Amino acid sequence: MNTPARLSFTDVEVEYRSRGRGRVRAVAGVSLEVSPGQIVGLVGESGCGKSTLARAAVGLSAPSAGTVEYAGRPVTPLGWRPRSGAEVGLQMVFQNPYASLNPRRTIGSQLLDGVPAAVTGSARRARVHELLERVAMPTSAAQRYPHQFSGGQRQRLAIARALAPEPRMIIADEPVTALDASSQAQVVNLLVGLVRDLDMGMLFISHDLALVHEIADVTAVMYLGRIVEAAPTRELWREPRHPYTRALIDAVPQIGPTPRLPAILAGEVPDPANAPTGCRFRPRCPHAFAPCGEQPPTVDLGDRSVACWLTDSATAPTVARSL
Amino acid sequence: MTTLADPKAERALGRRRWLGRLRGGSTSRPVWRQPITVVALTILGGWLLLALLADVLAPYDPLAQSPDTYASPSGAHWFGTDSLGRDIFSRVVHGARLSIPLALAIVSLALLVGGLLGLVAGYVGRFVDEALMRLTDLVFAFPQIILAMAVTAAFGPNTRNAVLALVIVSWPVYARVIRSAVLSMRGDDYLNAARLLGVGPIRALRRDVLPNSIGPAIVLATLELGNAVLLLAALSFLGLGPRPPAAEWGSMVALGAQDLSMWWVSVFPGLAILTVVMAFNVLGDALRDRLDPRYTKGR
Amino acid sequence: MAPLLDVDSLAVTLPSPRGPLPILHDVSLTVDEGELVGIAGESGCGKSLTAQTLLGLLPPGAAVTGSARYAGTELLGLDARGWQRVRGAGIAMVFQDPSAALHPMLTVGRQLTEHMRVHLRMDRRAAGRRAVELLDQVRIPDPERALRAYPHQFSGGMRQRVAIAIALAARPRLLIADEPTTALDVTVQAGILALLERLRAETGLAVAFITHDLGVLSALTTRGYIFYAGRVVETGPTGSLLTAPTHPYTAALLGARPHGTQTGATLRPIPGAPPAPGEAPPGCPFQPRCGYAEPSCGEAPPPLTPAGVDRSVACVVRPHLEVAA
Repeated sequence: MNTPARLSFTDVEVEYRSRGRGRVRAVAGVSLEVSPGQIVGLVGESGCGKSTLARAAVGLSAPSAGTVEYAGRPVTPLGWRPRSGAEVGLQMVFQNPYASLNPRRTIGSQLLDGVPAAVTGSARRARVHELLERVAMPTSAAQRYPHQFSGGQRQRLAIARALAPEPRMIIADEPVTALDASSQAQVVNLLVGLVRDLDMGMLFISHDLALVHEIADVTAVMYLGRIVEAAPTRELWREPRHPYTRALIDAVPQIGPTPRLPAILAGEVPDPANAPTGCRFRPRCPHAFAPCGEQPPTVDLGDRSVACWLTDSATAPTVARSL
Repeated sequence: MTTLADPKAERALGRRRWLGRLRGGSTSRPVWRQPITVVALTILGGWLLLALLADVLAPYDPLAQSPDTYASPSGAHWFGTDSLGRDIFSRVVHGARLSIPLALAIVSLALLVGGLLGLVAGYVGRFVDEALMRLTDLVFAFPQIILAMAVTAAFGPNTRNAVLALVIVSWPVYARVIRSAVLSMRGDDYLNAARLLGVGPIRALRRDVLPNSIGPAIVLATLELGNAVLLLAALSFLGLGPRPPAAEWGSMVALGAQDLSMWWVSVFPGLAILTVVMAFNVLGDALRDRLDPRYTKGR
Repeated sequence: MAPLLDVDSLAVTLPSPRGPLPILHDVSLTVDEGELVGIAGESGCGKSLTAQTLLGLLPPGAAVTGSARYAGTELLGLDARGWQRVRGAGIAMVFQDPSAALHPMLTVGRQLTEHMRVHLRMDRRAAGRRAVELLDQVRIPDPERALRAYPHQFSGGMRQRVAIAIALAARPRLLIADEPTTALDVTVQAGILALLERLRAETGLAVAFITHDLGVLSALTTRGYIFYAGRVVETGPTGSLLTAPTHPYTAALLGARPHGTQTGATLRPIPGAPPAPGEAPPGCPFQPRCGYAEPSCGEAPPPLTPAGVDRSVACVVRPHLEVAA
């Protein structure tokens, strides 16, 4: 990588207080980078901390340890000051387009919130129209209210709003989960097209592996607050090195000429408040062996990184080398 | 995390069904056109008209005394006269000029004060919230009328102080309502989205938070209008409101209460209070159903 | 042998403030004893309403025509007591959100046994024994302890298993599963799918599985129906249906989904949106969004006609379709 990362996480931890469970570490040390023009997919199952990480990435919550940097500067958690001009380049698209647009304000007024103050007079309205065209919505949408649009259209409008300040980096947190098949594809293609056309970076968070496979340049797999494997998407799918990655890929139902049930992964995701010691995947891992009682280090294997004792040639039994 | 259904919409649907049941199914008329609401509106309209045209409609000067004391209702004095021979009908009509605007003033001031404090408490949270909420608890701990009496007694009994006292005892309820509305939407993503675009907290409060939280408080205010009329009447009844001989409904009831065999002296102003309070309450109910965005803004 | 469930020309119209809305048109489908049948389509296509019709759960004022026979009995027109007999002991249902089917304040054991004591007239002890058996059958660890637990003490996947156990309590022969895995993670979904397949193999349970995910349809079911705007547009053995679709909508759905087979490919969205109920165009409902539409498509909704081995399609054009997967 010769281009510097536009968004980088270094050993980020996020804790929240939960009634009856004490402090819960939802994100337990994540390091990840997103470069300009790059789509990084972050996959994982519910409760793995991916949404918590997304909120910390844009400053909606503060990490309890580690740093999130955007364009080389630490992201300031949102507080009493308006967001600074530099950080406005970091935007987010939320999961639920029914909650991410204010029901009582027109679309135009909400888009204007993000149009830079340097744009004045009639140019502001022109900018709103431009943004709507960019997401393939009619300019008449500016005068209308969110409830007049379908879920897919709302998500496109929410994307237009995120584009208003000309962002350089987009965090998309499950942006198509609430949408139907038809609109899912439209919204995904729109996001991918924007990243490529505008040379933005995108952290695309999803539980849908197949979808991430389709669009991401790099895929990071998260389990219980940690990234267990990150690699160029193609390599990750061709040859997953972490048993959890393997299990996730195998659990995706495939279309084929005869019914074939997806493989089952034993057990359930533990409560992050009572995370297992050592490797957090150990209780469910079919390959677990003695060294797994210790937290495995994240090993850099050229273009991929894996946190698994199996990749350590000193400890790994040879049988388990290929998963 | 992976549900397709939108929980807010689900809740809205649930609520709609509930409301539907309350009103006897989907075939019943919209709240606004229900007979009871029309009656309430007519009553309030009538009082407004009486208040505006009091000088024309009242056959006598409300303060004019006459030797004809305790006259029972008749053609000359429709509602009879009181101990000083004043025409009760004229006094009731003029009383509308006093009671209704004062109630409006009390409620709007309380809404303004309570609303602002609630907004700040809900949005800022932490110790500001804690402090403000304990303050509301303090006010809630006393019966409203006792606290209002204490305040008026301390500042001196007159109309302005009665209004002030009633604002002091009634703002906390608005603060609570607005605060909980703000709390329930503080995590809403449109607020987060606006903040991420560089919208400052004050502007976000004004444009994204306030419009979405004011609805319930406005409804509450309408319901509280009736209460304000009652409290004001009670203060006057106790001699802590508008000074005699002002034609105020509460003090009129008080006057009549001394001897109930002259029933008309307190019954007619009492009826005036009753109709206004009930009309405001019905209107508040209707407004609640009407203003609730989950109810009116269908998908 | 007659199919266990035989739905013929079912049409359902629901009341609305703006007059009656036709939701289902001419739906015909069958489920055999011990068969896994899939029903797929986007939200609003009528797949869930079909399930509601088969369980007598339509809202008041709904107008139903056609026929739906379960084990030889006509379901449409049953009275409340007739439905009571069919539901539970004949046809049972599980939903997307298991919490909706579980009472939050009652223990799992109470909910399971209540059902059996009502439907099967079992005494308390027999019902208790069967409850343990059922929980074991749906692979709930430590069934005795689970009986005393409340729904909120289970994870989403486990709750869905409990809901399935309750649905199975009165020994139904047909289970209608309405998106039972949509809210679950893939690894948890895999477990539920395997459970349904095992129940079919071990007890001969027939399952009608409603889903929007064609991958799930392919992985689990042997025969599938594709719904669009309240009609069946294509049906056949799932394998051939999804690898060689003949209806443009089936092909479009396949193109719009990520296949998980290649990187960097773009999804092919279906232009436009499905018509709202009552706003379907005359003729083929898919025609405004279809790349192969011809003038004749606008005339009348095409009937489902046989096309190949065990397959039928409702399309008059029958274009040659490229399949991405």
